[in-house]
Amino acid sequence: MHEITPDNPILRPEARKGRLPGRLNKWHYASGALALLVAIPLLVVFSGWLQPDTEIWSHLAETLLNQLFINTIKLVIGVGLGVTLLGVTLAWLTTRCDFPGRGLFDWMLMLPLAIPAYVMAFVAIGLLDFSGPVQTALRSWLGVGHYWFPEIRSTGGVIAVMVLVLYPYVYMLARTAFLTQGRSTLEAAQTLGYGPLEVFRRVALPMARPAIVAGTSLALMETLADFGTVATFNYDTFTTAIYKAWFGFFSLQTASQLASLLLLFVFISLMTERATRRRAQYHDTMRSGKPTRFILHGWRGWSITAALSLLFAIAFLIPFIQLCLWAMESISEEFDSRYFGLLYHTLLLGLLAALLTSACALVLGFARRYQRDRLTAFTVNIANLGYALPGSVLAVGIMIALTQSDHFFHRLTGLLGYNTTGQILGGSVFALLIAYVIRFMAVAHGPVETGLSRIRYSLPEAARTLGARPREILTRIYLPLIRPGLLTAMLLVLVDTMKEMPATLLMRPFGWDTLAVRIYEMTSEGEWERAALPAITLVLVGLLPVILLVRKTLQDR
Amino acid sequence: MDLLLEINDLHCGYDDQPVVNGLTLHVTQGNLVSLLGPSGCGKTTVLRAIAGFQTVRAGEIRLNGKVVSSPHIRIPPEQRNLGMVFQDYALFPHLTVTENIAFGLRHHSATARQKTVDRLLELIGMEGYGQRYPTELSGGQQQRIAVARALAPEPTLLLLDEPFSNLDVELRERLAIDVRDMLHAQNATAIFVTHDQHEAFVMGERIGVMNEGHLLQWETPFNLYHEPADRFVADFIGKGSFLRGEMSTSDTVTTELGRITGNRAYPWPEGTPVDILLRPDDVMIVDESPIRATVTDRAFKGADTLYTLKLSNGMEMLSLMPSRYDYLIGSEIGIEIDIDHFILFPVEPIA
Amino acid sequence: MKKTIIALLTLAIALPVYAEETITVYSARKEHLIKPLFDAYTEKTGVKIQYITDKAAPLLARLKAEGANTPADMLMTVDAGNLWQAAKEGVLSPVQSDTLKKNVPEHLRDPDNRWFGLSVRARTIVYSTERVQPSELSSYEDLAAPKWKGRLCLRTSKKVYNQSLVAMMIARHGEEKTSQILEGWVNNLATAPFSNDTKTMQAIAAGQCDVGIVNTYYFGRLQKKDPEIKLALFWPNQDEAGVHINISGAGITQHAKHRNAAIQLLEWLSSEEAQQQFAALNMEYPVNPKVTPDDLVASWGKFKADDLNVALAGKLQTQAIKLMDRAGYR
Repeated sequence: MHEITPDNPILRPEARKGRLPGRLNKWHYASGALALLVAIPLLVVFSGWLQPDTEIWSHLAETLLNQLFINTIKLVIGVGLGVTLLGVTLAWLTTRCDFPGRGLFDWMLMLPLAIPAYVMAFVAIGLLDFSGPVQTALRSWLGVGHYWFPEIRSTGGVIAVMVLVLYPYVYMLARTAFLTQGRSTLEAAQTLGYGPLEVFRRVALPMARPAIVAGTSLALMETLADFGTVATFNYDTFTTAIYKAWFGFFSLQTASQLASLLLLFVFISLMTERATRRRAQYHDTMRSGKPTRFILHGWRGWSITAALSLLFAIAFLIPFIQLCLWAMESISEEFDSRYFGLLYHTLLLGLLAALLTSACALVLGFARRYQRDRLTAFTVNIANLGYALPGSVLAVGIMIALTQSDHFFHRLTGLLGYNTTGQILGGSVFALLIAYVIRFMAVAHGPVETGLSRIRYSLPEAARTLGARPREILTRIYLPLIRPGLLTAMLLVLVDTMKEMPATLLMRPFGWDTLAVRIYEMTSEGEWERAALPAITLVLVGLLPVILLVRKTLQDR
Repeated sequence: MDLLLEINDLHCGYDDQPVVNGLTLHVTQGNLVSLLGPSGCGKTTVLRAIAGFQTVRAGEIRLNGKVVSSPHIRIPPEQRNLGMVFQDYALFPHLTVTENIAFGLRHHSATARQKTVDRLLELIGMEGYGQRYPTELSGGQQQRIAVARALAPEPTLLLLDEPFSNLDVELRERLAIDVRDMLHAQNATAIFVTHDQHEAFVMGERIGVMNEGHLLQWETPFNLYHEPADRFVADFIGKGSFLRGEMSTSDTVTTELGRITGNRAYPWPEGTPVDILLRPDDVMIVDESPIRATVTDRAFKGADTLYTLKLSNGMEMLSLMPSRYDYLIGSEIGIEIDIDHFILFPVEPIA
Repeated sequence: MKKTIIALLTLAIALPVYAEETITVYSARKEHLIKPLFDAYTEKTGVKIQYITDKAAPLLARLKAEGANTPADMLMTVDAGNLWQAAKEGVLSPVQSDTLKKNVPEHLRDPDNRWFGLSVRARTIVYSTERVQPSELSSYEDLAAPKWKGRLCLRTSKKVYNQSLVAMMIARHGEEKTSQILEGWVNNLATAPFSNDTKTMQAIAAGQCDVGIVNTYYFGRLQKKDPEIKLALFWPNQDEAGVHINISGAGITQHAKHRNAAIQLLEWLSSEEAQQQFAALNMEYPVNPKVTPDDLVASWGKFKADDLNVALAGKLQTQAIKLMDRAGYR
C-alpha cells in the first residue's frame, strides 16, 4: 500500500523509529517523569539486592524453586492461551456475527470483570471440592467412590478460574478493535473468496493484534502478580516464594530480589513484543462504514447462544448467586450506617484514580505517538511495570519511597532551622492515589494506546491547518475520537482500584476504609460468608460503569 | 503580481538523510501550481515544510514576505492561515459534513458559518449532504468535502497532497477539473503535489518537476513537455524515445536514420554524441518513406492511435497518428521524422 | 480537564487531618475483633483511638520505614512469631508495668517486655465422630503413624499457625525427630493441603479424611452454624507438653508519641474488664488467668497447654519452614 519513504505521510513523527533521540523534548520529559514515578518504588524493590541472604536463597533453590518455575510457566501458558482464545472468540462473535441474544451478550460478557479473582476462586472451590454441594449430591446418588470428578484444586482448576476472571481484558480490547475495523478491508477479503473464519484469521485478527496483545499482557501480568487466587488453591507459584520469603522468613530483601526477577522477566517480554511489531503499521487507513455481520442461522446460532449462556452462568451468574445467598445470611450482622462510608470512599478513590491514571496514560500514549525512538519506548515500558509486581511488594516499595521523601523533607526543614515531624505524603489520600497510578498505569495504557493508534496523523494536522491550537486539537479531535478507549481505560482502572487490596490496606489514611478493606477483614480469617455483602456491593458498583461504557460505545456506532 | 510564497534554498531531511536539497520556488497570488515527481522525490516534504509540519535545516520559506520557516523560526501551522487537503482526506470521522467544513470557522457567528458551509456545499455540488458522516460518503464525495473544508476559512494558500491518488482513474480526471474550477472560482492560490502528470497538467498553470530532493524544472505544462530541461524530465513527462546521433553542425545531427535538422542551435563541437528526444507526434508514418519499421503494438485512443514501432536495427519508437489511418500489428510501414521542438541531450556530460 | 485534576489533587492533599490527642494503632488483628473494645475504651475514658488494619509483615515494614515519623503508638498482631520479629527489628520498646506482668502469664509475653499476649488460641486435633474413636488419638506426633495413612487433612504449611506448631515441636524434640513427624504427616495426607482450617474441617465432615489440626475458634464458628456437625475436638499431648497454643498480642512502638496513653490502653486490654470480651469476640481463650472463657469455648473442656514461652515460635519459625519444605509439606 504505502511504501515507507521519507516523505510518506503515514510515518509522521519526524524522528523515526528505533533510533536514539537527537534532542530531548517535552514528550521525553513527560514520559520520563512518569517513568521515574514508577521507577522509584521499583528501585526500592531492586535495592533488595544490596543485602542478599544466601541462606534463604540456597534453601529455596534446594527445595522449591524448580517446582515453582514449572507451576508458574504452566499457569502463564494456560492462562495466556485461555484468555486469548476465549476473549478474541467472544469479541469476534459479538461484533461480527449475529445470533439470538447477541445484543445482550455484548455487554454481559464484560461482567465477570467485576468479580474479584479471589472471590471466584473461593466460590469455585466451595462448590466443586469434595466437601462442596456438587460432589456431596453426586455421592448421595451414586455412593462414595462410584463417580469420577475432576480435582478442582489442581493446575487445571487454577487456570480455569483465572481465565474466567481475566478474559474480559482481552474481550474488551479486542471488541473495540473489531468494532473500529473498516468495512472495506474486511469486505475486500470477503470478495477474495474468504469465509467468516478466514476473514477473521487472515485480516481481522492481524489488524487487532496490538489490542489483543495489550489485553493478554494485562491478564498475564495480573496472573504473575497474583497471590490471592493461587493461595486459595494452595497452588505454589513464583509469588508463593516471594511471600514465603517475606512473611515466613521475615526477609523483605529476599522477597524484593525474587520480585525484581519477576519484573525483569516482564520487562524483557514487553520490550520483545514491541520490537516484533516495530515495522508494521496498524492504522486502518481507509476506515469506511460498519461491516455487515455474518448471520448464524438456525442451530448454529442457537448453539452459540447456548455456549455463551453456559459461559456467562459459570463466569458470572453462579458466583453472583452464591454471593447473594451468603449476603442474605449475613446482611443483618454486616449492614450498618458505616457501610455508606465504605461505599463513598470506594467510589471516590476509584473515580479519582481512574481520572488521574487515564490522564497519565494519555500523556504516555502521546509520548509514544510523537516520539518513536528507543528512549521513549524504554521509559513508557518502565512506566507500565507497576502492574507486574505482586501488590503487597509494590505497596511496600511505594510506601518506603514516600516515607523516605518525608524523612528527606524533615531533614531539609531541619537544615533551614525549622523543626517538622510527622507524616506529609505518607498516609495521605494523595499518596494512595499515587500508588494506584503506579499500579494501574498499564491497565489504562493498553486501551489508550490502541485507541490513539487508530487515529491517523493527518487528522490533528488537518485541524492545525484549519487554525486549531494544540489544546483545541486535544478537546475537539483527540478526546472525542479516543473516547471509547479512554472510557475503557477509566472503567478498568475504576474496577481494579475498587478491588485493590494491598496498597489500600497499607496506605489508606485513618478511617478511609473501603469495600475491599472490609472484604479483606473477613476473608483473611476465612469468613467468606460475611465478606459476601461488601463483595456483592463491589460487583454492583462495578457493573454501573460497565453498562455505561457499553451504552456509550453502542451510541458511537 | 504579488509574490505570495517564496521558498529560498530550502533544505530538509531526517537524521543524516537529506530529502529536500536546495530548493527555490516562487508562487504569485492567484496561481495554481503543481509539484510533480516520483514517490520519494521530496515533494510532500516541501508541502509539509510550507504547512509548518516539517523542520527546515537551511534556507527559508516566506509567506507574503514574512519568514514563516527557517532553521530558527517555525511559525506553527495553525498560525499560517493555510489550507491543506490530505492524501487520505483526514475528514474527522466523529463530525458531520457540516461540522467538518465549519471546523476552521471558529470566529464566525453561527449564521455566517452556516452560510459559508451552504455556499461551499453548493460549490462542490453536495447540497443536502450536510448531516451525513464522512464514513457514509463515497471516496469522491469525501475528497470534495476535504477541499471544501480547506477552503472554508479562505486560506491565503491551499496545499493539496496527492488528493486524487485514492480514487479511480475516471473519477480522478473529472474531479481534478472540478477542483481546478472551484479554486479558480475562489481566486485561490494553490500548490498541488502529485506523481501523476495528467493531474499536474490539469491543475498546474506552472509545474515543478522534482527528483531526489532537487527541483529540476519550473515551467508551464506545454514547455515542460516540449522543452524538458534534462533527460529525467523528458523521460518522466510524456512518452517518447531517444535517437542516438552525432552533432554535425550546431543544428544538425547525423543519425542512422539520416541527418536531422532542427529549429535551434546547440553550442557543442562537431562529433559530440547526443540523443534526440522523439515525442510520438514527431514520428509520422509515411508509407513511401525509405526508413522501414514494423508495427509491434497499437493502442487506440479515440481520435489518435499510438503505435509502437520497431526498426530493422532493433530500435523502438512511438508514433501518434490520427485514427483514420489504421495499421495492423505486424505490418511493415515507413516513417519520417518531423521535429517541432529540437531537444538534444549529450550522451556524456559536457564539462 | 487539567484544572479539574489539579483541583482534585489539591483537595486530596488537604484532606488528611491529623488528630492530636489520639492513640494510633497498627493492627493485624481484624477490625471487627478490636473495634468493640476500642469503642468501649473511648466511652469509658474519652481517649480516642484510630487504627489501620493490614497483614503483620506490611505493617512492620511500614513501621520500620516511618521510623521516628510514625504516627503509630501500638502494634497489635496475631501470632507470637510476628511480635517476636517486630521486637527483633527494634520497632517495639520495653514496657515496665506491674499490671501487665500480673495479668499476662510469663510464657505469654516477651522475656524483655516488648510485647504482651492478649488472647490465647489453641491449635488442636479435630476428628470425625463417625469414623474415629477418641481413644485412637493421643498426640500431634501420633498423626504421623501408619494407622492414619490416607486419613489426615492439613492446612497449608504457609500459614503461620502451622509454622508455630512445628517450631514448638522443634523446641521439644529437635530437628531430626520433627522431620520424621512431618514426613509421616505428608505420607498420611488424604488430599493436598487446604488453604484454610474451615475447608479442612469440611473435608473431614464430608468423609474425605478423618482427622486434622485446626485452631479451636474455627471449629467454634462451624459448630455455631451447624450444631449437628459430626466433628469433635481432641486435646492431644495431655501426658506430655500439652496442647500447642499461640497468642494475639500487642506492644508499644519505639517512637510512640502517646506512650503513656498507649500503655494504659494495653493494661486495660489485659484487665479482667476487657479480657472476657476480647477473647469472646473470636472464641479464643483469655490470657488473664482470672477470666473464664466464653460458654461455648468452655464447653470444649479444659486442657493442659504447652507452657514454653511463645517467643520460641518466632525464633524457630525459619527452621520450621525449612523442615516443612524439605518434607514436601506444601
